[in-house]
Amino acid sequence: MKKQTLVIATVVALIVGFVFAASWYRGTEAERVETIADESTDVLAPDHAMSLGPEDAKVTLVEFFDPACETCAVFHRPVKELLQQHPDRVRLVLRYAPFHHGSEDVAKMLEAARRQGKYWEALEVMFATQRRWASHHNPQPELLWKLLPAAGLDLDMERMRQDFGGFEIASIVQKDIEDAATLGIRKTPGFLVNGRPLPSFGLAQLQQLVAEELAANYSD
Amino acid sequence: MTTTDPEIDRDWLLLFGAWLICTLAALGSLFFSEVMEFPPCSLCWYQRMFMYPLVIVLAVGLFPVDRGAVRFGLPLAIGGWLVAAYHLLLYEGVVPESASPCRQGVSCKEEYIEVLGFLSIPALSLLAFTAVLGLLVLLQRRLRT
Repeated sequence: MKKQTLVIATVVALIVGFVFAASWYRGTEAERVETIADESTDVLAPDHAMSLGPEDAKVTLVEFFDPACETCAVFHRPVKELLQQHPDRVRLVLRYAPFHHGSEDVAKMLEAARRQGKYWEALEVMFATQRRWASHHNPQPELLWKLLPAAGLDLDMERMRQDFGGFEIASIVQKDIEDAATLGIRKTPGFLVNGRPLPSFGLAQLQQLVAEELAANYSD
Repeated sequence: MTTTDPEIDRDWLLLFGAWLICTLAALGSLFFSEVMEFPPCSLCWYQRMFMYPLVIVLAVGLFPVDRGAVRFGLPLAIGGWLVAAYHLLLYEGVVPESASPCRQGVSCKEEYIEVLGFLSIPALSLLAFTAVLGLLVLLQRRLRT
């Protein structure tokens, strides 16, 4: 065999092998996650998690997110629009995957705001002001304590600080972090549609997967 | 013609073997980070800095067999070997982590996978660098005489 042929054949074989192995790995990983999600809704969408949309919707979109993650902020609106397109059939469950250093505190703040019925409002403010409190992937939760009331949110800040430091909220965030690890979520936003992960990341892939699950669960 | 001389062909095969190990290691590291989505720690990045250029340098040295490739490859292999050895010592707990450069981000002691049940990622890296270093040293001796 000529040397050139050997080297070129090796390169081609390695690349083909890589692509093959990657697709095999993604397939088995997706199966693993689906099995866990099927076995236990407590891992996928536990009762404590914030949700939007009807309880009896047959399509559940679980989003693991980090309030400091820029892509999560970008996806926030399109995901809500996706829900509005199918108001009776798709439910969104939001869970925390605070991968940035310091994000855990922001997740806890959001839970504390939720206790005063201001979850969605606080989330909007967090995403809108993300550049100020989380520039260059370096979240500074202490800035948010000023930004939230400054944005006009009617929050009892004293009560919020108390809830923020409490055990209950800490354990909610902790459970989300553990479930994210169990479900193989390593990047945010991490989407699971009826327990199925995206084949590859992107809004179009998310819309496609939701459409597939809608078709599978609703006959018209 | 180089193909008719068995001695030169053996040199070529040794270099080809070193290149193959480096390419496998580079693709393997990409598989861990891009497919399995394990975030690389800082020491992993230093090892990549030594391993990835080896793929190119050794490939260029294959046509025709070039002593220069060994000369340029050796410092990279030595540098990578040192980082990998340090990483493995850290990973196995021989060196305390407080003396390591990885405080923020991903811990260099993070256990992701044990290939075949006993080979950790730092061990795989050290194995690859050791093999490449061995082949390059052997080649240097052969090409000198």
